[in-house]
Amino acid sequence: MVDRLGKQFGGVRALDGVSLEVRPGEAVGIIGPNGSGKTTLVNLITGFVRPDSGRVVFRGVDITRTSVEARVRMGIARSFQTPRPFYRLPAFRNVIIPLCSRRARERLGSGFGRREEVALDLLEEVGFERDAAAVTKPASELPHGYLKRLELARCLALDPQLLLLDELFSGMSPAETASLIPLLLRLVEEGRSLVLVEHRLAELFQVVGRVVVLDFGRKIAEGHPADVMAREEVRRAYLGGEVSASA
Amino acid sequence: MKAPVAYRRERLDRGIKVRSDDIFALAGWPEILYLAGPRVAAAGFLLVFPLLRNWTGDYWQTVFLVAVSMMLAAVSWAFLENVGLVSLGHSLFFGAGGYLTAIAVLDLGLPPLLAVLLGTVGAAAGCAVLLAPVLRLRGVYFSLVTFALPLLFARVIEATKVLGGTEGLAGIPGLGSLEVRQYLLVVGLLSATFGLQRLLDSDYGLVLHAIRDNDLSVRASGIPVGWWKFGAVLVGVLPAALAGAVLATHYHVVGMSAFALDYSVLPLTAAVLGGSGAMAGAAVGAALLVPFSELLRAFGTLRVVAYCAVLVLVLVSVPEGLFSVVRRRYHQFERWVPL
Repeated sequence: MVDRLGKQFGGVRALDGVSLEVRPGEAVGIIGPNGSGKTTLVNLITGFVRPDSGRVVFRGVDITRTSVEARVRMGIARSFQTPRPFYRLPAFRNVIIPLCSRRARERLGSGFGRREEVALDLLEEVGFERDAAAVTKPASELPHGYLKRLELARCLALDPQLLLLDELFSGMSPAETASLIPLLLRLVEEGRSLVLVEHRLAELFQVVGRVVVLDFGRKIAEGHPADVMAREEVRRAYLGGEVSASA
Repeated sequence: MKAPVAYRRERLDRGIKVRSDDIFALAGWPEILYLAGPRVAAAGFLLVFPLLRNWTGDYWQTVFLVAVSMMLAAVSWAFLENVGLVSLGHSLFFGAGGYLTAIAVLDLGLPPLLAVLLGTVGAAAGCAVLLAPVLRLRGVYFSLVTFALPLLFARVIEATKVLGGTEGLAGIPGLGSLEVRQYLLVVGLLSATFGLQRLLDSDYGLVLHAIRDNDLSVRASGIPVGWWKFGAVLVGVLPAALAGAVLATHYHVVGMSAFALDYSVLPLTAAVLGGSGAMAGAAVGAALLVPFSELLRAFGTLRVVAYCAVLVLVLVSVPEGLFSVVRRRYHQFERWVPL
């Protein structure tokens, strides 16, 4: 799916020939220390940043030069690491925005009140039902965990075939993450591809069957979570410096 | 000793507002009047005023024509502001409408009505194309570009003597009688005010508000932000261009003064005075400001100073705008309750 991608920002090699393939119905985790190129990889796959080298292929189509909007229409959606809601709009209206996109219009049609209905359903799905008032509160008044879930609902509104979640779990309470994991597993079961950029490894490993480790823009390991985490170079990259076997 | 009692202001929706807003119940004439009354009264005034020419005299009819033009420009300004495009150069749209109409009449030989329509649509399309490269600029940077463009056009016309140079394009035949021009503008104003408001209240308006809030997330939601902004400019410029086009046929001449600062400052001031959150607010602002500025006619170009004074006064005392305050009083009553 992603072939030898490279990207430089000034003199910094943010991503250096990283290749990655995600199959339908598969969840892949991307881990690595800060600045290792995880978010850059997400930006390249979703089209927010153009690569200097390499290709992005989605379902057999080369989309390396395709716009963000066209990629969304093909079924690629992403969440942002720091939530980027529409602060002045109530939560459920936040979800109406993606429902106005071409992909959603083709799927839903445009019946009166249909978008509100779908938006409320999506918010319930990501866990807004615990606080009914949260649905109509402006996003600026919502706590962090709700903003993260709002971000997820905005992605789900696009009915994505490939969903890239950039640190979805960060800043969430264990109870909140626990409530989201079944939803993510169901998305995978439905045949969607998931890419999770994550620092919270315990939660991540409940969802993904394969992880990719990035360090300084290079892929240093890939495979089953337990195998990958056992490797010396991964531990070194992750924990920094010399690590004894007992660490 | 008695502790001082603190009070806070409490605002409550009037019963009739609650009934007609949330429950969607129209029980009878009181509700219908409550909802439609202000709109019908305002629209009725605009439609009836031109018929009172014998009673008001020609002077105030001309003031009415100018006022409606500026109301159109103010509505246009408020719409773009709602989309996050704050224009400091509305005279660009105004002047483009005027000049294109003049060209359509004088060079293409079109009948005035057709020329006005062509000038309006052409100016909107032309301005949208002209602004397309800078639409990606956010906030103050977009404003600065719009501020520079009319000045640039005026200087280009002055220096190269194209489009009649400093003399302007004269000899534009009048569009029918005064009443025809007035009604053309009034119909334009009513459709712009209510049409654009309806657009803003729809899901499309929601997307436009969202673009103002956070355009990256709108892109991530699969919506091509550039095209939406382009469309918003196209629609938003129409009212201002119509005003410029009709005024050109009214004065029989269009010159560099169409790009003057007045036409940029007045819509802005009007929208702030009335409250730019609602299209009607901007229109009300202009309806107050133009007659006021007529009273200051003796001061000539010093009128811009008066606009600025009004602007500062309103921003300090009623930042939400007069219309918003009146509308709130209409829907809610206030009382002071002890904390």
